[in-house]
Amino acid sequence: MIASLEMTSMDFLMWTKGPLFQLALTVFALGMLVRLMEIFMLGREHNYALPRGSAVAGGLRTLYRRFYTDAGTFKSAPFDVVVGTLWHIGFIVALLLFIPHVELIKATFGIAWPALPNPVVDAITVITLLGLLAALVHRLLHPVKRFLSTHEDYVIWAVTFLPVLTGYLAYHRIINPYPLALGLHILTAEIFLVVLPFTKLTHIFTAWVARYYNGATFGRKGVQS
Amino acid sequence: MTDAVLSPGADSVATGDTVPPAAPRVARPADQPAARRTAQPAPATRAGNFSLQRGLQALREEMDAPVAAFFSSCVHCGLCATACPFFVETGDPKYTPIYKLEPMRILWERELTLWGRLKAAVGLGKQVTDEMLAEWEPLLYDSCTMCGRCSMVCPVGNDIQYMIRKAREGQVASGHAPEGLIAASVRAVRTGSPMGLKWKTLDVQIKHVETATGLTVPIDQQGADYLVLLSSMEIINFPEYLEAITKIFAHAGVSWTLSEQCFEATNAGVQIGSKDIAATLVQRVVDAAERLDVKHVISPECGHAYTAIRWEGPNAIKRAYPFQVFHIIEVLDQLRAEGRIKTQGKETDRLSMHDPCNLARKSGVIQQQRDLMDLIADDFVDLKEHGRLQWCCGAGGGVSSNERAAALKMAAFKRKKAQIEAVEPDRMVTMCATCRTQLEEGLEELTMDIPVVGLTELIADHLVMPEPPPAAEEARS
Amino acid sequence: MASPHPESPAGRLAPPLRLQSKPLRQPQPEPSLGEILRRNGVSRRGFLKFCAATATLMALPPSMVPAIAAALETARRPSVIWLSFQECTGCTESLTRSVSPTVENLILDTISLDYHHTLQAAAGEAAEHAREEAMNANQGQYILVVDGSLPGPDANPGYSTIAGISNYEMLMDTVKGAAAVVAVGTCAAFGGLPKADPNPSGAVAVQDLVKDKPVINVSGCPPLPMVITGVLAQFLTFGKLPELDEYRRPLAFFGQAIHDRCYRRPFYDKGLFAESFDDKGAKAGWCLYRLGCKGPMAYNACATMKWNSGASWPIESGAPCLGCSEPNFWDAGGFYDALSVPPGRPGEALLTAGALGAALGAAAGALGRRKVKTAGLAHQAVTADQLEQQL
Repeated sequence: MIASLEMTSMDFLMWTKGPLFQLALTVFALGMLVRLMEIFMLGREHNYALPRGSAVAGGLRTLYRRFYTDAGTFKSAPFDVVVGTLWHIGFIVALLLFIPHVELIKATFGIAWPALPNPVVDAITVITLLGLLAALVHRLLHPVKRFLSTHEDYVIWAVTFLPVLTGYLAYHRIINPYPLALGLHILTAEIFLVVLPFTKLTHIFTAWVARYYNGATFGRKGVQS
Repeated sequence: MTDAVLSPGADSVATGDTVPPAAPRVARPADQPAARRTAQPAPATRAGNFSLQRGLQALREEMDAPVAAFFSSCVHCGLCATACPFFVETGDPKYTPIYKLEPMRILWERELTLWGRLKAAVGLGKQVTDEMLAEWEPLLYDSCTMCGRCSMVCPVGNDIQYMIRKAREGQVASGHAPEGLIAASVRAVRTGSPMGLKWKTLDVQIKHVETATGLTVPIDQQGADYLVLLSSMEIINFPEYLEAITKIFAHAGVSWTLSEQCFEATNAGVQIGSKDIAATLVQRVVDAAERLDVKHVISPECGHAYTAIRWEGPNAIKRAYPFQVFHIIEVLDQLRAEGRIKTQGKETDRLSMHDPCNLARKSGVIQQQRDLMDLIADDFVDLKEHGRLQWCCGAGGGVSSNERAAALKMAAFKRKKAQIEAVEPDRMVTMCATCRTQLEEGLEELTMDIPVVGLTELIADHLVMPEPPPAAEEARS
Repeated sequence: MASPHPESPAGRLAPPLRLQSKPLRQPQPEPSLGEILRRNGVSRRGFLKFCAATATLMALPPSMVPAIAAALETARRPSVIWLSFQECTGCTESLTRSVSPTVENLILDTISLDYHHTLQAAAGEAAEHAREEAMNANQGQYILVVDGSLPGPDANPGYSTIAGISNYEMLMDTVKGAAAVVAVGTCAAFGGLPKADPNPSGAVAVQDLVKDKPVINVSGCPPLPMVITGVLAQFLTFGKLPELDEYRRPLAFFGQAIHDRCYRRPFYDKGLFAESFDDKGAKAGWCLYRLGCKGPMAYNACATMKWNSGASWPIESGAPCLGCSEPNFWDAGGFYDALSVPPGRPGEALLTAGALGAALGAAAGALGRRKVKTAGLAHQAVTADQLEQQL
């Protein structure tokens, strides 16, 4: 705009809000649908065994039942359960119940729901950030987590952490000028969207599929999984 | 070999290096299905015609929507490790359940995701090698009983046990299965029993039971309600079982029979992970049941035999049965509910119970054994985690047939031991011969004086029995 | 960015224009600004009050007020040439439509506005002659004020001409002898509404064309009158460019976001929002974020200086801030859409891409399924004989 290659903060914001957002949504939708279709197209073999219970009921039950942790697992991994649950909820609340996000969803998809007051979302964001940091430290220190972790695990941690952090900084107007702060937040959210279908962030969607299949397999045998 | 070479899987980068240069790549299976089926095997890379290609082909066959959903969902949280007795008691992260599936995951990502295929196309991404399958053999067999506890705990809902069963298909086809399980499978197919037991051995036992009880053990009774199957381990280690059911069924007036054609319920094919072997063995049960025209087949006090016949069997032979399959505990509980079992007296010592994984978590038989315990026990106490979340004894899934895994098997048992210690029972009750053997051996090795009994025998001990017929009296004297 | 940097590049780049050191209009000595003000009845107290306000706006300490007063007292009338291109005259209206005479417009009166085709009496060739005369008389000394954008060098010049001279030609000609350029209004500063997509006239901003002279942008649609006069006052006082932000706007006026000085900010912080223009929240004066207020990203002085002699300002009258002082505000999405809402229809992109992804995924999935089925058809049954060979 200022007849040079330099990009002003407003150019940056317009770029992230406009073309880049479209691009990110496109990559996300395309990639995620490909991933889901790849899963569903594989199908399941016909099951000839006489069922003891309902596969569908079992599958649906497990969708929500896995939110509860059994006492034994909680006892052996309280940190995972508490911190993991906390930051997941925090992330989802900040994503779906922050007023600017509600407005964005309303304008993009035409659906809206009540939002939470900003100070509440702010407090939840702090908890989420702390939870994510704690989760990272835990991943670095815990023998099993460290053993299992690949580069991808750390990448998706960063990709998840950054939108929350930049959102917090933008809300508190810690980065100036504001269009830069907001642009950074949008950019990191777009990175999250673009990376999602190609990493294990797909679990946001596929975990429901996985839970259903798990619950259906066990439910068919009369076991509540 | 030729099959693998001709299939599209073989021209993937994963296996491309080992494809003979002369392989006719134009001859794709879609074009020449007949040629593929009749193709003569190419030189095998391993005795028995097992090879990496064959293993990968077998793994490919096992891929389905649940597998893809599960691999897509794992975030390496490691919670499955906390559910696994092998990890909990060794502390070695390589025993984390999901890690045991790494070769299968790599193959899935490389061949069944667009992203993985793109990576492979530009020479990126891992490939499954023969060395990898060799390295994973102990992880998939020695340190996993397919108990399914991890499948219950995984927050994203991954049914890990389901995938372990599938991964073993690849191990067998690539020639990376444990010797003990191979031997058991060969014996099972050749002799009808994984322990090489013959009918004549059982026949001696039948005679003994008949003598002791004065009852007749029905053999090959056409049109009986129930076909009773046994496990070799029971026949050898726990002959009381046959005597117990003979008594109970006589008491309840159940029409039942043994089959000389097929008495073995266990299925080494399910344990080693070969649906072909599994189908061969299940087919024998089905043939016997159909020949005798029975309405029901009873799986003995054996966990995996039940899941093999009840759940996997129909899928192995690709048809539904014309009969129903029950575990003996289900039958006993049904008789109890119908009031056909009259008992007297109760055990007064403190009894606790070990739920076999295959029966409880993997088949939903949980309340039945507790209802039966109520009949005959005054002081019954459950282990803290029981039923669907019970801990495995450490011997299932073929581990007990795999001599190499002996030390790990005993390590995993420590979890069970800790559970048992917490409730301080006088005796343990269970309903699976493998579990029972493991409990007995384990408790003995750890110098815990806690006898283990089978629930069926316990019921039989408390039956209100009619006076034995005079003929039996004579025979006994 | 919130406070001016004494050492910011913009400040250092600015050449010192000692405007008052050399009388601008020869041969007759002009009365000083102080004299003119007093002649117009502005009291000493009123004058000092203005000086104090100027000091505050320029983020100077109170100790600088006497210095400002002294400098303004003795300042001479600088020559100003005002060029209006593709504009709506709103900026001029803003400057001239004061309710009563103020120090600001008196200062404006004191400048020698040698050419302003809206305000001057002369027309046609006489007007153009006045411009040339002023340029010649004050070569290298005059301040060029521009409002409106102009068709760029590559655009059809016919979109906007004055006396047959294209805007581009007139700007480039006039800027040669200017000491500095003040781009007044968002059109001059950033292109403004004429530049709005699809920009039919090829409009560009002054700073896109003027590369060899200092350019100060006084953006706003229109800008606050006091911001214009304040910039001029700073010239008169210090003889150099003020501290500028990344858009070459005086930090003194554009250093803080509307949101940060908005009297409705406490409602934002508490999460109390008007959701329509006539709901309970709107009546109670709650935050207008959800009605599209761009206050968080708009940098201007409206919240503190207000309009119409401090009577009110848009947010106070219940209208969300449009962010008119910001580049691209005209193309940054709906005025009544919340700041977080992207322009365009990303929802449609999502659906289209999703449909495409489903088709692509179905194809990829079918390939995968074929691979699995083929493996199944090629299945070599494991036999006891084969297994036995391994023992």
